[in-house]
Amino acid sequence: LAHGSGGRAMAQLIDELFARHLGNEYLGQGDDGAVLPLPGEGRLVMATDAHVVSPLFFPGGDIGCLSVHGTVNDVAVMGARPLYLAASFILEEGFPLGDLARIVQSMAAAASAAGVPVVTGDTKVVERGKGDGVFITTTGVGIVPPGRELSGRRARPGDVILVSGTLGDHGMAIMAERESLGFDSPIISDTAALHGLIETLLVSGADLRVLRDPTRGGLATTLNEIARQSGVGMMLQEKALPVKPAVNAACELLGLDPLYVANEGKLVAICGEKDAEMLLSVMRAHPLGQAAAIIGQVVADDHHFVQMTTAFGGRRMVDWLSGEQLPRIC
Amino acid sequence: MSARLLRIRGLVQGVGFRPYVWQLAGELGLAGWVRNDGAGVTIAVDGEKLPEFLARLPQEIPALARVDGIDNDACDEALAPGFIIRDSLSGVLATAIGPDAAICPACIADICDPASRRWRYPFTTCTHCGPRYTVSAGLPYDRVRTSLAAFPLCPACAAEYADPADRRFHAETTCCPDCGPRLHLLDASGAAVDGDPLAKTVELLQNGAIVAIKGLGGFHLACAADNAQAVAELRRRKQREAKPFAVMGLNAASLAAQARIGAAELALLRSPAAPIVLCAKGNSELAEVAPGLSRLGVMLPATPLHLLLWHEAAGRPAGTGWLTQASPLLLVMTSANPHGEPLVIDNDEAHERLAGIADAFLEHDRGIVVRCDDSVLRAGPHFIRRARGYVPLPVALADDGPPVLALGAYLKNTVCVVRGREAFLSQHVGSLDNAASIAFLEETVGHLLAILDCRPALIAHDLHPDYPSTQLALRLAGELGVPALAVAHHHAHIAAICAEHAVNEPIIGLALDGVGLGPDGGAWGGELLRVDGADCRRLGHLRLLALPGGDRAAREPWRMAVAALHAGGQGHRIGDWLQRTWPQRDAGPLLTMLARRLRCPPTSSLGRWFDAVAGLLGVCAVARYEGEAAMALEGLAAGHGPVDPLPGGYQLAGGELDLSPLLPTLLDCRDPAYGAALFHATLSAGLAEWALFAVDREKLAKIAIAGGCAMNALLVDALQAHLAEAGVELLQARQVPPNDGGLALGQAWVARRAQEQGVNA
Ligand SMILES: [Fe+3]
Ligand SMILES: [Mg+2]
Ligand SMILES: [Zn+2]
Ligand SMILES: [Zn+2]
Repeated sequence: LAHGSGGRAMAQLIDELFARHLGNEYLGQGDDGAVLPLPGEGRLVMATDAHVVSPLFFPGGDIGCLSVHGTVNDVAVMGARPLYLAASFILEEGFPLGDLARIVQSMAAAASAAGVPVVTGDTKVVERGKGDGVFITTTGVGIVPPGRELSGRRARPGDVILVSGTLGDHGMAIMAERESLGFDSPIISDTAALHGLIETLLVSGADLRVLRDPTRGGLATTLNEIARQSGVGMMLQEKALPVKPAVNAACELLGLDPLYVANEGKLVAICGEKDAEMLLSVMRAHPLGQAAAIIGQVVADDHHFVQMTTAFGGRRMVDWLSGEQLPRIC
Repeated sequence: MSARLLRIRGLVQGVGFRPYVWQLAGELGLAGWVRNDGAGVTIAVDGEKLPEFLARLPQEIPALARVDGIDNDACDEALAPGFIIRDSLSGVLATAIGPDAAICPACIADICDPASRRWRYPFTTCTHCGPRYTVSAGLPYDRVRTSLAAFPLCPACAAEYADPADRRFHAETTCCPDCGPRLHLLDASGAAVDGDPLAKTVELLQNGAIVAIKGLGGFHLACAADNAQAVAELRRRKQREAKPFAVMGLNAASLAAQARIGAAELALLRSPAAPIVLCAKGNSELAEVAPGLSRLGVMLPATPLHLLLWHEAAGRPAGTGWLTQASPLLLVMTSANPHGEPLVIDNDEAHERLAGIADAFLEHDRGIVVRCDDSVLRAGPHFIRRARGYVPLPVALADDGPPVLALGAYLKNTVCVVRGREAFLSQHVGSLDNAASIAFLEETVGHLLAILDCRPALIAHDLHPDYPSTQLALRLAGELGVPALAVAHHHAHIAAICAEHAVNEPIIGLALDGVGLGPDGGAWGGELLRVDGADCRRLGHLRLLALPGGDRAAREPWRMAVAALHAGGQGHRIGDWLQRTWPQRDAGPLLTMLARRLRCPPTSSLGRWFDAVAGLLGVCAVARYEGEAAMALEGLAAGHGPVDPLPGGYQLAGGELDLSPLLPTLLDCRDPAYGAALFHATLSAGLAEWALFAVDREKLAKIAIAGGCAMNALLVDALQAHLAEAGVELLQARQVPPNDGGLALGQAWVARRAQEQGVNA
């Protein structure tokens, strides 16, 4: 790809690429925006997410499918059925067209599997050195049916906290690939669209309070956000946290805590105590929730602390970090 | 001489000062009165022997009193004949609450006297001894505001309380078997155990049981120190693999085989503070008590309750003769603070939190109001941990200024309130890695401000954004509407020394530490600083080492060894060395991290160099408790004895001290003790040259040393010797610990100086 070069020829090339893989009746309208039918009643949910990842291709996925999953999940955790996506690409001059094609194909496959079409988009090319290959921003809209109330403000003491599967897979997969750590068993990103799983949870009738996808900052950051929003504390059980042995080993080597490592296909659910077991079995029955677990409980706490009972029976803080984990042992 | 009005400042309330004055005046046939007031004690006095009174007054004060100053003015009041104790002025606060004090000889005589009504009574106190800080909820210091409020005085105790000639005159915590708290022994299930609680407890301990014993500032877990199985069981139940325990014995003679107790150690052990004192180990080592270390912490029974255990073991002798004889009963006494959370203080809490740890509970109904761990010192005195017996005694400051609250560090947290010319450092709060400790921190701040009747004008905290102490500082500043000031960690370390030693001029600081955040966001810890009040300049630092895995590297000295070899050009020898020293470890992934600088924040920490050398010499691969590697290394070096520094074993360039020239020699060294000694010798020589270079360049006369590595006696003594040769004075921490336990004092001092210098908070 060349910045500013080729003009119409290059634009055509890219258009063809998108049209070939992502094409649908709305994208095909060719106007500045897409005109879309609005199915059913309810409220509109809209979410947007800029995707920046290095490396662009990693075990379990690439930036293309990631940019679909990330935004679909952001819409879905609001209790909405995702309907449409918009995508905007920032390409760095010189980015191989073949790589772009792979990314667009992956995006198309993810969108089609999710049943959420990309209905409009845009592409810009920036000078060499001004971008990191490709950045993709996706925006999604969806409809929340009437009566669904999910919000980070709804956790109550006594509620039970569940996760849909193992923690830290995406972040460690990215790091292992980027740094060529060459672990014996490769770590695979968990990137996935969660709206199907979420829909089964929602229709199960369980008393769901909060749904969140613990992406950047990991489970620890997500739970701290919810604790703050709801004005509650949380008590986790270290023994109950699902973590793959390979992820655990990589975290130990690097001095990372899997609680703080990003996920891209995991769900945190908080529900009323009486429905916890039922919700767990519903989760486990879904292909994306086979390793689901009850990991703790919401407690009353004026400090809104997230704590964890350790494997040794002690309790430690699961801090809300200001940024990177800075060394602090004096 | 005409009548005088004397105003006495210092620790003069609640320590028997008024009866002391009353007795002295009576003995000399003087007229007048004495009373407590907001400033301390005021005396109006007249008579022929007034000059003798004035001469003796400051000389013969009660054991726990401290006189900071006497204002002597003419008294224009006509004094009636006779000398009386007047009621305290109403509406004024007592000036201070004293620290807890060990049982005094007179009370010991009482409990050992079968004819006394306090025979074998474990809560016997008087104005010269007993609990103060740990039983007081607030000011003024009065029985109603202590946990003794629940025990109204019986007629006999009330009579003593009202009699100025009695040493229990206004003894706020006095009581007796008729009116005071009672002792109970409960089994693991919480059921009362029949029989005499003391006798049963001694029997249990002698049979290898673990008993939770309620002390002054919290529960202890006790077991027979010479029963290796019992100690191992305590370790297993407390999940405390190797961290040393302290041992309580009746007297120096009883501990002589286990610990070398010299005159300085004995003086500390027998002081009213009655701390744990670290002594060189003796000829006979108690298995499992302090594994792999060269020192043992010992303490003497300091409360009537503890003393009565030995009295029981001795067969309840009458009189005090037994106290000087050796007793075979040696007890491990460790703080009952499961999982590093704060001490257990309540009976119910004990049964809940010590379930599965204690076989029995020796407890009583005198409440503990304030948690307070045992203090730990080394002769010098050098504080390792400052708590019971010392808190809330202030550190005297050179200057007055606005009230400041400082919130301290992350590990070994203490807080500090500066009021007037006094700095009040709180008791050891502990590691803020759990919610209970953070709650204890908040509680401590509230209690300290309350008993000092202080509202801070400024709040100081560490630079680290994720320390819970930093977050609390910011919250409190918001709530009180006062400014908050971030103080860099190592600036505060040196400032604590400046505060204690009233340093008002610029000084060279050696901040030798684990890791603290520097103003540049880096992980500092081996710093050569120029500190001038609120101003701190970095003149140099240790050559940077990678921390492979961040804080993980601080727990795994073998990682630091790999990092040091990698940085010091010895990468090609890592394979051989590892195979020989730690064959279970694989350096491969670590080397990838180092090569790619992945999760390898650079640090100038000296503490991590100690870890690296301990890892290198095969002393310690993974630390089982904080500071284990450094303590083991110091112990080995001390055991080996002095060696000469390695010529060319360090390099100084551009303000940077590089220890890596030592590495090839350490790699070839097959005797860890020699290697440890060589490291200490070379390091102290290098530090001396480094600091002297700065003294010279900055034209300054003094050097302050602080930080966790300043706990290392061998290092500091050697450094001091080098500096003394050059005629340069080394200032050390004396009244507070040099490590993070004293950091809050430095933060508060910097905040004060920042206000003076108009630095914006
Ligand atoms: Fe420090
Ligand atoms: Mg997102
Ligand atoms: Zn006494
Ligand atoms: Zn009584």
